[in-house]
Amino acid sequence: MNIWDATHECMLRDELEQMQLERLQAIINRVHKNVTHYRKKFNEMGIIPEDICSLSDLTKLPLTTKDDLNLNYPYGMFAVPLREVVRIHSSSGTTSKPIVMGYTKNDIKIWSNLVARFMTAAGVTRDDVVQIAFRYGLFTGAFGVHYGAETIGASVIPMGTGNTEKQIMIMQDYKTTVLVSTPSYAIALADRIEQLGVDPKSLSLKFGLFGGEPWSEKMREEIESRLLLSATDNYGLSEVIGPGVAGECSCKKGLHIYEDAFIPEIIDPETGAVLPSGSAGELVLTTLTKEAVPMIRYRTGDITSLDYAQCECGRTLVRMKKIMRRSDDMLIIRGVNVFPSQIEDALFSVAQGETPYQLVVERKGAMDSLEVIIEVTDKIFSLELQKQRSFLEMIKKRIGSVTGINVDVTLVESKSILRQKGKITRVVDKRQI
Amino acid sequence: MLKIKNINTYYGQAQALKNVSLHLAEGEIVTLIGANGAGKTTLLNSLSGMVPPRSGQIIFNNVPINNLAAHRIVQMGISQVPEGRQVFKPLSVEDNLELGAYLHYKILGGGKAEVKKTSEMVYALFPILRERRKQLAGTLSGGEQQMLAIGRAFMARPKLILLDEPSMGLAPMVAQEIFRVIENLSREKKTTILLVEQNARAALKMANRGYVLENGRLILEGTAADLLENKDVQRAYLGKDKKEIWER
Repeated sequence: MNIWDATHECMLRDELEQMQLERLQAIINRVHKNVTHYRKKFNEMGIIPEDICSLSDLTKLPLTTKDDLNLNYPYGMFAVPLREVVRIHSSSGTTSKPIVMGYTKNDIKIWSNLVARFMTAAGVTRDDVVQIAFRYGLFTGAFGVHYGAETIGASVIPMGTGNTEKQIMIMQDYKTTVLVSTPSYAIALADRIEQLGVDPKSLSLKFGLFGGEPWSEKMREEIESRLLLSATDNYGLSEVIGPGVAGECSCKKGLHIYEDAFIPEIIDPETGAVLPSGSAGELVLTTLTKEAVPMIRYRTGDITSLDYAQCECGRTLVRMKKIMRRSDDMLIIRGVNVFPSQIEDALFSVAQGETPYQLVVERKGAMDSLEVIIEVTDKIFSLELQKQRSFLEMIKKRIGSVTGINVDVTLVESKSILRQKGKITRVVDKRQI
Repeated sequence: MLKIKNINTYYGQAQALKNVSLHLAEGEIVTLIGANGAGKTTLLNSLSGMVPPRSGQIIFNNVPINNLAAHRIVQMGISQVPEGRQVFKPLSVEDNLELGAYLHYKILGGGKAEVKKTSEMVYALFPILRERRKQLAGTLSGGEQQMLAIGRAFMARPKLILLDEPSMGLAPMVAQEIFRVIENLSREKKTTILLVEQNARAALKMANRGYVLENGRLILEGTAADLLENKDVQRAYLGKDKKEIWER
């Protein structure tokens, strides 16, 4: 079994903890000096950097939430001057303002090597041809995997999303051996391959690296049997670095978290208290090596549990369970994070006031769809038909520009959305994964 | 081999080291960089027992040494090469070296033969010292005195050598020679090295890893290659980007 960075992936717990402590103390010193947000928070709680004498002292520090990032939009969380930042990415925030993340030259190098770890763990080598079907752009997914694959020395096809038939043609002709996409897109690809009458055996696929959204063991089996490849999960989030926080090895029994770069904790999402090892709760991450935007105890919103038992693959790193749930109302639609509050903001601003609505998420075939159902109000009713139509178009456009996904907008009769105790359930998620 | 956790060192009321944690693996060259007064020498002195830390833990090969006297620490296998060489100027080169072997000879045993063998190793490392062995140390050049100081530390057959500013005041050519020997000590004699050096670039090129100290606190840990790329390090210690410093 191949290991990209055996020095850091197979450390003795004792040595790892010493390194974590040193890096934690250094990063606390740095954010205390350079980031106003943290200095203020520490001062409010009466904490000085010297209070952190052990890894368990981490719990003395305040949690960081998405709202903190929103409040410090755009560059308030940066620990280095902007001129040292060579890349800016962003992801959706809880409001209509996105979250901005920066990377120094070193950060990009560190990131590339973290991604190279889970790609190597999945089986990728320099002899592979990697087709990346993630969206390039502000999202971190495509770039992270791109750098990781190049660092390993594999041949990268920066395909991007969509255009399924062309994806399949390239897969056949360029002899793609590794597919990188969301798991649901892998199933959509499998469907199209079947429809086109292409024999999956004629493809050269060996490995599939899937991330960006929750997926079940059932989906893994389906993807593996239909595309004839070995499918592994990987985990990451833009706020922390992007892909490369954790990844499965070929044992497929949990995702190894790269603990020399991140300290994971599991908290009770209600109280914020740290839960004993093994319990399920919200994952909280502290970055140890990031220069541009270090994160101290960032609440990921993802529910998982940690397993410190040693894995058969030889890595000594802790493993986290596949993520299946969120602790907040964030939706993941085709790999894109969407907050209902963003949609509500967009809707109400176009409608110029509150309008009864409901969001329905469904999986049609392999792909997710999000439908916004709006009840007709007197104001909308009084519009001419043409204006009504352009009103719906406008809502669709506004939501699309804020969230980055296409939604369907439907107008229904007044009072026709089902109410429970007089209240509309805002989000109905009908997906079964 | 060496693990330091949360040491705090004071000079009277003034705190010179704040919660410093650091480690060294066997065979590594690790460098400490930082401005004047950041606490680099204090850290070395805390390790060697010259200025014992007020609190914290220093564990060397699984034995806590933070409460040991300096000579006991040398006996455990840590030798310090002090800043400004500090050779015994009125004594000959040979005598300087033999003094370095005192503990080894007295306590660890092995007798004169062992001392002779070790001094032969030193002469092999620094052939010039053999030529000058009868000369008084005070008559040596700066570079030769530095070689003698390193050689004297090596006479105690340490597992870890603490080097404080070995290139200070030396001509560039001579400094290079000293760096070559330090690399040699690490590669061939398998000695672990903790290096404090004003020439951060040379130190980082030679080291495996490095730490950056600022006002008594460690603010960065990383591989030497990563630190060379770090903009803060480049600006503050490598003399790059001097012209326009962007401040918020």
